[in-house]
Amino acid sequence: MGLVKKSRMKSPWVLHYDCTSCNGCDIETLACLTPLYDVERFGIINVGNPKHADILVVTGSVNKRNEKVLKNLYNQMPEPKAVVAVGACACTGGIFKDCYNVLGGVDKVLPVDVYVPGCCAKPEAIIDGIMIAVSKLEEKAEAMKAKAHA
Amino acid sequence: MDIVILKDILTVVATIILAPLIGGLLTGIDRKITARMQSRSGPPIFQPFYDLFKLLGKERLIVNQTQMMFVIGHLFFAVAALAMFMLGQDLLMILFIMAFSSIMLIMGAMSVRSPYSKIGAQREIVQIMAYEPVLILMVVGVFLSTGSFMIRPLFSDMFGFGKPLLYDLPLVFIAFIYVLTIKLRKSPFDFSMSHHAHQELIKGITTEFSGPQLAVIELTHWYELVLFLGLITMFFAQPVWVGILIALVCYFFEIVIDNISARMTWKWMLQATWIVGIGVAMTNIIWLYLK
Repeated sequence: MGLVKKSRMKSPWVLHYDCTSCNGCDIETLACLTPLYDVERFGIINVGNPKHADILVVTGSVNKRNEKVLKNLYNQMPEPKAVVAVGACACTGGIFKDCYNVLGGVDKVLPVDVYVPGCCAKPEAIIDGIMIAVSKLEEKAEAMKAKAHA
Repeated sequence: MDIVILKDILTVVATIILAPLIGGLLTGIDRKITARMQSRSGPPIFQPFYDLFKLLGKERLIVNQTQMMFVIGHLFFAVAALAMFMLGQDLLMILFIMAFSSIMLIMGAMSVRSPYSKIGAQREIVQIMAYEPVLILMVVGVFLSTGSFMIRPLFSDMFGFGKPLLYDLPLVFIAFIYVLTIKLRKSPFDFSMSHHAHQELIKGITTEFSGPQLAVIELTHWYELVLFLGLITMFFAQPVWVGILIALVCYFFEIVIDNISARMTWKWMLQATWIVGIGVAMTNIIWLYLK
């Protein structure tokens, strides 16, 4: 099982979902894929399918409309999985916090593992956040195993 | 007699163990070269193995009961085709078993309700329509050249053809390399599932496969890769290392094509493969008849 454990650290596939972001954080997230930052050197792939993803990267605040979509995406991801909230809006709701339709940060809906602050968050910070989330996957895998046994 | 059987069994076991190692490593090198061509530093060479083992350790999300059976069938027939190739069996039969392997994946993708999976499966069928005639013509060419569908084991006596097949089948070989792009899921022919465009059609034919199932599909792809490089080797095998070297050069050529071309439409693919692929292969076969 050591091999699976090691592989889990080296191959995080990321699903990026834009809630109501202003696109600032999205551009920075996609900048991680460019030759300058190239996250593929960590094995990170930006996938479009929740069923293939390990880490859910959410940008923007959650509102009443996209709450369902976000939950749906999260539920379709197979365990072990982690959630990274990127940017001020995803962490707390940001400047949109008091809007009548905004529920707040991602943690109002999903269990968030890593908060990446910033408006917008820097690519280095986003990569760092994803790598911290990767290190949390192991304990989630243990929990998954315990659940399967019980 | 016993020694012959023992040798065959050893060949099959060696094939089953070594082929995924070679296929995975080649895929890793492919990703590294692709990254370098895009001026990125790229993943480690062993990245495909990390992906495979990670997927094996994921939760099993089973959409329906039959899906896993189709995936196992996909793997089983690909391994069977490769083993038959290594043992030097009937080339026509190898081709049919290979086609059956693809059909298994299509049935798996069709067995779920996701529209993305179904579109991916339909595109896979169009791809099979595009490359299968050329592969059949290749087998016909081999028959005309050697008088038999049987091939010899890869490492025994250089396929026993006397001279490289290429002397008789240069145009068939070009047509084969042409359709190989479809089979290796490379641009401009990567419609049903692309290694690069992860957001298009969600993930095409593999949309509804997750975790261990996806790992098995990836493993099958490695076996297929080795089989196709083996088929290239067959054209040159005199001696066998020249064939292997040229197969690797062809694979590099496919990577270059993958990186310099954009994805076309499936209609264009059908026209291009039927006119160019079948045209070129037929020209060669007519020439063989007239010779």
